[in-house]
Amino acid sequence: MTAAARPPAPATRIPVEQYELPNGLRVVLAEDHAIPVVAVNLWYHVGSANEREGRTGFAHLFEHMLFQGSANVAANEHFELVQRAGGTLNGSTWLDRTNYFETMPSHQLELALWLEADRMARLLPAMTQEKLDTQRDVVKNERRWSVDNQPYGTWWERLPALCFPPEHPFHHSLIGSMEDLSAASLEDVAEFFRTWYTPDNAVLTVAGDFDPAAARAMIARHFGPIARGAGRPPLGAMAVPEQFGEWRRQVVPDAVAAPRVFLAFRVPPFGADGWHAASLLAAVLGDGEGSRLTRALVREQSVATSASAYTFDLAKGTDLLICDATARPGITAEALEAALVKEVDRVLGKGVRPPELARALAQLETAWLTGLQSAAARADKLSQFATYFGEADRVNGELARYAAVDAPTVSALARRVLGATNRASLVYVPAGGA
Amino acid sequence: MSAAPRPVPGVARPWEFPAVERARLANGVRVVVAPMPRLPIATVLALVDAGAVLDDAGREGAAVLTARTLLEGAAGLDGAALMDRFEALGTSLAATADWDTSSLRMTVTTSRLDEAFALFADVLRAPSFPARDVARRRDERIAALAQELAEPRGLADLRFDGFLYHRTARYARATDGTARSVPRLDAEVARAFHAAHYRPDTTTLIVVGDVTPGEARALVARRLGDWSVPGGAGASAGAAAAEPGDPARPARAARRTVVVNKPGAPQSELRVGHVGVPRTHPDHLPIVVMNAILGGLFSSRINLNLRERNAFTYGANSAFEWRRGAGPFVVSTAVKSEVTADALAEILREIDGMRAAPPSVSEVELATEYLAGVFPIRYETTAAVAGALAAAVLYALPDDWFLSYRARVRAITPTLVHAAAVAHLDPSRLLALAVGDAGTIAAPLDALRLGTLESHPGDHDPTEQA
Repeated sequence: MTAAARPPAPATRIPVEQYELPNGLRVVLAEDHAIPVVAVNLWYHVGSANEREGRTGFAHLFEHMLFQGSANVAANEHFELVQRAGGTLNGSTWLDRTNYFETMPSHQLELALWLEADRMARLLPAMTQEKLDTQRDVVKNERRWSVDNQPYGTWWERLPALCFPPEHPFHHSLIGSMEDLSAASLEDVAEFFRTWYTPDNAVLTVAGDFDPAAARAMIARHFGPIARGAGRPPLGAMAVPEQFGEWRRQVVPDAVAAPRVFLAFRVPPFGADGWHAASLLAAVLGDGEGSRLTRALVREQSVATSASAYTFDLAKGTDLLICDATARPGITAEALEAALVKEVDRVLGKGVRPPELARALAQLETAWLTGLQSAAARADKLSQFATYFGEADRVNGELARYAAVDAPTVSALARRVLGATNRASLVYVPAGGA
Repeated sequence: MSAAPRPVPGVARPWEFPAVERARLANGVRVVVAPMPRLPIATVLALVDAGAVLDDAGREGAAVLTARTLLEGAAGLDGAALMDRFEALGTSLAATADWDTSSLRMTVTTSRLDEAFALFADVLRAPSFPARDVARRRDERIAALAQELAEPRGLADLRFDGFLYHRTARYARATDGTARSVPRLDAEVARAFHAAHYRPDTTTLIVVGDVTPGEARALVARRLGDWSVPGGAGASAGAAAAEPGDPARPARAARRTVVVNKPGAPQSELRVGHVGVPRTHPDHLPIVVMNAILGGLFSSRINLNLRERNAFTYGANSAFEWRRGAGPFVVSTAVKSEVTADALAEILREIDGMRAAPPSVSEVELATEYLAGVFPIRYETTAAVAGALAAAVLYALPDDWFLSYRARVRAITPTLVHAAAVAHLDPSRLLALAVGDAGTIAAPLDALRLGTLESHPGDHDPTEQA
């Protein structure tokens, strides 16, 4: 094959069709026939933020219950049927959403849709006390594994707790406390299901190799008869002041070998004005070997073994930009934090340079194209945008939105968000002062 | 409201692994190309036939440190400037070494491929290994070793290998070296490893993405066609020449239980297994299917038992680690401290059960249909296809291996699975290792009477025994 005979590279735009069933289920279709694989992805707009007091961890425990069968599916049969069909699957819970997804050989699309519809329509007949007790123990073991028996494992519940006021829906632990997990009942399961697992509180995305007319018919057949819910109960107040108004600080002695510092800042919510600048600011600071933090702390000063920066991508109230760094042996937490703060202050005072921004953008572009390769990743992105912004096709403007941000804009955002009155430090130190 | 009946599958659409073309430059560099023209990106993987098994005794970690420091300087640029250049091109880049190979890989948009590959080739051929930056990378590894002692999962993996393999065997020590070996590494060691092992005749360039075979060959020839090393091709001090001794020599052939004490731990990290078989073993595929049934899938016997039936754990799995030599067979899980011995007893029961009778047709079909079905899903990305082609090079798999995989896996029967279990699971030489609170778990483990029981502090390194 010669270069001239080569077909032109397909557009990197994701073709998006979006519509709504009469029961309120939003459906996104994104056709791509490159390989015979299709991804099914459901976002329910509910997460730990929607939990009631005394039930921390319930949204995630409930996610486990969704694999315990439904009226026409036995316990764990969901996993078995998908795997037997040659597919992969899982689910995950986040602060304000829960997702469930299958990637299937394309001729098995309807099985995935049927399974998702059966549990959206008819979960409760399959729920038993025994299943709840088992999954409660599984989740408690998940907590021990990912949080309690893991160095620095508590960071992802301590940091939100530090950054959001106690009454805020993002304040409390996503994995939940042992006490609250113990208190969860079958009545809680039924109430949570009826309230949140309704078609009008969900987005269904199908991406990959399928026939749109056939997919629409399958979706109408399996999801169409499911009754609309009673409406989304309002979240607690999500708004917080744009800044912390102070420099918050928490020091945590833990069973760790080296100090680690997290430094968080409130930034505009995911997708809002200014968010892309915040995302690029995070990339300039801490994405890649050429980033500010890695260069300064790891390479030049040798005070850290690693450093990075990222956003949490929270779409409500405020997002967080987080820097983290782990100390080299012999470097104290104070020295590490001082070095980290110095780099942040440098960006705050002098802004970012155009070549740094170009580096961040180029990295992002490659990551974006790489991410488009997988049907599952495309589907999840589309569900995310449909859930948060009502419009999945907005995904296709994302690269242009990033590219439109210039260095003065990022520098101005840095001046706005990186100041001393908008910081939260979470500092892990070896217990016993090792 | 009742459900529509359970749907029947449609007709499977054909799928083929990307077509692969191979070539060899005059200086011995091999080129493997798989066009995937869907998106304007390409993955390039330079695979060097030199892994951690070639580390000199006492200098374990040399292969990994050499790979990790490739990017610390080349083409007249220091590490920072080099990474700036790569990242300004949007290159996602990584260099590492595993047991059998060293590799440098990047994914980049095709519009920037030529420029990025020019740098890439310089890094591969003539890295400068600045003393200060090699020392920094070495010290990062020393810091990571300290972290491992505090991290139960990593410590369990490390100690399992340490107790499983003989203290003279390379597999007993981590690929990236030990507290004794790493401080002895420096720029000279990296330079020597690179000079001995990174050579045209030991290197394969795998190019996957929106490029034609002709373009890829020309690209590689342009930047690596004039790569030569002192002594020329054939003077390689590679795998065959070095004869480093059996990296997979087992520590002992009897049952043994080891407790690595982590006082107050709320969970025990459990590892149970024995030395497995090399990847090139003819039973590879039946073993893969057997392991999927035993502990490889969510719906496997071990996971359903430990997680869904007994709620001992968040998850449990088993794996044969594939290497040129005999990697470990290991069951891994983390269980609530109080049920550590119960969980171990259930794992042993499942291993025995796998050997006692052939699995049902339904169980085998679940595994084979899963393995065959997910094949196209596994190879959606250029990076995944490049990784698969690297395995094909490493293990000298036949050209049709990927194309025929799905038919071959579907041909595995319960009888073959049972035979693989009988031949390759051996309860008589199991090592059971638990990182956990000895005060809670040692006595119940001892009561299981699984060979000798030893208890050690977390910092006891079995490879350092006299």
